[in-house]
Amino acid sequence: MAMTGIDLPPVRPRTGLQRPGALRRLVSDYGQELVVLTAIVALFIVVTMVNPRFISTNNLTSIFAGNAYIAVAAIGMSMVIITGHIDVSVGALIGVLATISGTLAVAGYPVWVAWFAPVLVGMAINSVIGVLVAYARIPSIVVTLGALSILRGGLISVTGGTWISGLPPEFLIAQKRLLGLPVPIIAMVVLTILAALWMRYSAFGRSLYAIGGNPEAALATGIPTERRTVAVFAIHGAFAGLATILFATQLQVIQSTVPPNLELTVITASVIGGVSILGGTGTVIGSTLATILFATIGSALIFVNVSAYWLRAVIGLLILATVLADMLRRRGRA
Amino acid sequence: MTVKSIFRHETLLALLLVAVLIVLSFQSDRFFTVSNLLNQGRLMTEIGLIAIAMTFVIATGGIDLSVGSILGLTAILTGVFWQNVGMPLAVAACAAIAVGSFAGFCNGLIITRFNVPPLIATLATLALYRGLAEGISQARSVRGYPEWFYVLGQGEVLGVPTQLWILLLAAVLASIILAYTRWGRTVYAIGSNEVASRFSGLSVEHTKLALYTASGFAAALAGVIFVSRVSTTRSDMGTGIELDAITAVVLGGTSIFGGRGTILGTVIGLCLIQALKNGLSLAGVKGDGTIMLIGAVLILAILASNLFERSGTR
Repeated sequence: MAMTGIDLPPVRPRTGLQRPGALRRLVSDYGQELVVLTAIVALFIVVTMVNPRFISTNNLTSIFAGNAYIAVAAIGMSMVIITGHIDVSVGALIGVLATISGTLAVAGYPVWVAWFAPVLVGMAINSVIGVLVAYARIPSIVVTLGALSILRGGLISVTGGTWISGLPPEFLIAQKRLLGLPVPIIAMVVLTILAALWMRYSAFGRSLYAIGGNPEAALATGIPTERRTVAVFAIHGAFAGLATILFATQLQVIQSTVPPNLELTVITASVIGGVSILGGTGTVIGSTLATILFATIGSALIFVNVSAYWLRAVIGLLILATVLADMLRRRGRA
Repeated sequence: MTVKSIFRHETLLALLLVAVLIVLSFQSDRFFTVSNLLNQGRLMTEIGLIAIAMTFVIATGGIDLSVGSILGLTAILTGVFWQNVGMPLAVAACAAIAVGSFAGFCNGLIITRFNVPPLIATLATLALYRGLAEGISQARSVRGYPEWFYVLGQGEVLGVPTQLWILLLAAVLASIILAYTRWGRTVYAIGSNEVASRFSGLSVEHTKLALYTASGFAAALAGVIFVSRVSTTRSDMGTGIELDAITAVVLGGTSIFGGRGTILGTVIGLCLIQALKNGLSLAGVKGDGTIMLIGAVLILAILASNLFERSGTR
């Protein structure tokens, strides 16, 4: 990794002139993350009082394990948005990668090949997107809108919409447990921590904040913004590949469709977690917490007997409330 | 922004459209017939209405992702107001359109009053409005509308599909407003430099509020036409239509950063997409292959226009 040797200033503005205390620094650095965390804790307390079965281990592990792939995809998405770009094609990409992985597994290739293929192919496809964004200077929303059509159309025309079944049992890693915990939960936690440390302390991670905050200034300080942009899309592709492994090995079959609007769910997780859509701020911890919040809300509504038909409306309302709260908080600070 | 740069992209696109039409008419005898082309116009109207309003929104540097959900909500409300509330159908449809426009107005309020970036605001309302549609419909569909209602989506006026007249009227009106009125110029000014527009005394907030309301109205109108065309209501109507509309707008040369774009470009973009969809399916290519091609055309068109622009002014 190329070290720039330049000490970048902290990206989040400090509130006071003198060095703030540890608590204030935590609040100013992780404001939105704390809001989301508080919401999760409050939700847990309220729902458990209404229905104590909510807190049972079975329910909790199924909530978190089933949504871990969204959190993993949101890590890469957060990095892309922090760099000042966006990707609306990640849902279609996960669908394509899942089909590739499943096809390899059924064809009798060793399972590690079936697991590695989506990561590599994801990196390759997203590198092309990154090149078009960085060097051809096409806005990322346009490139990924086109990629969305190409990937979605390509997937259906190749598979014809059939499901892949007969997956070998050892391929289904998302159903396995390690140290008593489901693998997806472990993967989500470990990947989030590693990515968070890397984004905060590595020169590469800091440079992404610099590019997102002010691309011209970043270029002037000697950061190779074009190469970094391609790299961040490639890394995002690798996380999409990892998310695919968790997604594709959940069930005994792989459908050739992904949940509708999956890309928007992933983007929403990043944004609610505190990643500014304008680039330059936010952390991957926030996006994982936001994924957990959505999953908790979804499960909680069932436990307090809200009709399943109203689920999305309530989730939408809560997303809106979080966004407005964040805006009011920022206004109060400014 | 020069007049020349606008015409360059649109001329390029129009030439591409002509080429596509010629190639496709050689591929299938049924393509270049009046009845087929009129029928394609019928299928194009819903996306078209939304794309025309979206052109204004994107020209200010904004975006509206909630239009598909507003379409679904309006469709459901039309059915519910008529069958469950017992309003006359005409009143029910107007009331549903009013709610859809109000949904757009709420988008505008969130964006202007709370300074939420349009992408996030409409991402949140996308979930909210679709959720309301699902909650209100409870997965029931409403059918059995009176015969006169189908004139809107399935009938003809002077030999041309009814909704195509609406689309034509909307396109002409929108072109005049965007190109020749003070209000239309304000849209470009906001997209080019919002801060400067504000300091120039332009009513940035009011303009945006009106635009997002108009976008909601267009989506709502498209919703009622959709119901009339397919004779039923479902809560998942219009899912993903926002990306189709944005594709048409961007293909038509409107800059995603704002400040540039025309209705003519959007209409040509729409026609190109619809011609590709229809012509290729007649030539035996499956619908999914067509989607791939549209994605490739989108990227290549912007790439080509970027290259031309760079060799020109910059």
